[in-house]
Amino acid sequence: MNRLGELERAVMDVLWARNEPMTVREVGRELADRDLAHTTVMTVLDRLAKKKVVTRAREGRAWRYRPAASRESYVSELMFDALGQTGDRDAALAAFVQSMDGKGAEALRRALAEIEQPRN
Amino acid sequence: MVSAALLTLVAVSCLIAMALLHRAKWPSRGPYTAVITWQALGLAWGVSTIGALLAFGLSSYRLGAAGGLMALATDLFSGELILAELSQGLEGVSHLVAVVLAIVLTLVLFSGLVSSFVQVVRVRRRHHDLLELVASDHPDVPGARVIEHPAAAAYCLPGVLRSQVVISAGALAVLDKRELAAVLAHEHAHLRQRHDLVLLPFSSLKRAFPKVRLVRTYYESVALLIEMCADDQARRTSSSRELAMALLRFGAAGPAPVPAGAMAAVQEAEPEVMRRVNRLLRPDDELPYHAGAVIMGASAFLLASVTCLWHIPI
Repeated sequence: MNRLGELERAVMDVLWARNEPMTVREVGRELADRDLAHTTVMTVLDRLAKKKVVTRAREGRAWRYRPAASRESYVSELMFDALGQTGDRDAALAAFVQSMDGKGAEALRRALAEIEQPRN
Repeated sequence: MVSAALLTLVAVSCLIAMALLHRAKWPSRGPYTAVITWQALGLAWGVSTIGALLAFGLSSYRLGAAGGLMALATDLFSGELILAELSQGLEGVSHLVAVVLAIVLTLVLFSGLVSSFVQVVRVRRRHHDLLELVASDHPDVPGARVIEHPAAAAYCLPGVLRSQVVISAGALAVLDKRELAAVLAHEHAHLRQRHDLVLLPFSSLKRAFPKVRLVRTYYESVALLIEMCADDQARRTSSSRELAMALLRFGAAGPAPVPAGAMAAVQEAEPEVMRRVNRLLRPDDELPYHAGAVIMGASAFLLASVTCLWHIPI
């Protein structure tokens, strides 16, 4: 992963951990051990806002940033895409096995049981 | 008019050939040949249908479809054409309707392709952005990203520079090491051979004609063949049995909850995955080389004749 991607991730982790809107300075303070320039943190937050994964609101002279959604809901969104449950998205990803209904899964379970314990 | 009749004949033959191909048994023995045949038939159908409409609509020029189109473009500038055609009464009107239909069909097919592509790129970008934030690396799966989620999922995210194989923690839990290797080989085959681009024309047709059941059926047919292509690639480095077991474990790991209304749409006795599993466990003979060559030759001949028919000036 490139450096910017890694920074974005670290910044998101900070925002998710604090669970309240934070300013650029506050985020930078949380990442003090990385010794980041103020403008670097600002650039990263700006990129995240452009990707619509953080939202920002002005408070006085500073912007306050917060995650647009929780980590869990992003994981769900990824899995939702992956299992092909959204109609027009199937061309974007190629899932190893598309999700299927209960009956289909039951047929596979039976087949699996037969292979693993062959009847003699 | 001769070229219009012949092009109509080709278009109808393409539809019949697609229906036969959909039911045929040989595609699972030679999925690569079958996918190329699907593409040739689809392309030939589109080009011959548009050509037939143009050749009929522009028959007054006596230049065929391609020549007529050029003549039409020149005449449109002078603006004389439409009045001249309308003065011919019913026949003239039917010519105009045919030309308009040809243009509409072209636009629908073309814009379907473009909008599918744009949509796909957008979904992938968003997906990639989110992956960077929440996925992690895992020592068991070098080169793949792992999502912490209990459901079983493995997929690839194609892209020119940022293609990625992703696997969920739930999938890691149900697969053993060799099955995992088979799954990763399957996904890497998709990325390496850009299977997403092969499928794109069919998924864009599905977007353009969402109500047409036949389009959806054929799309699924091609999608299944492409999975079989990737299975065959994975089989070079992993055993068929491991890949089949991985497929079964994925499916058996439990269906993601599907809303009750959506279930009616899938009422197959045998899920498609079972066809892949059966094919891996009880492989038929591969399609003989000469049969493949004949099918490819026929596809090439089809496309060449459609091109010729566009240029017949009668």
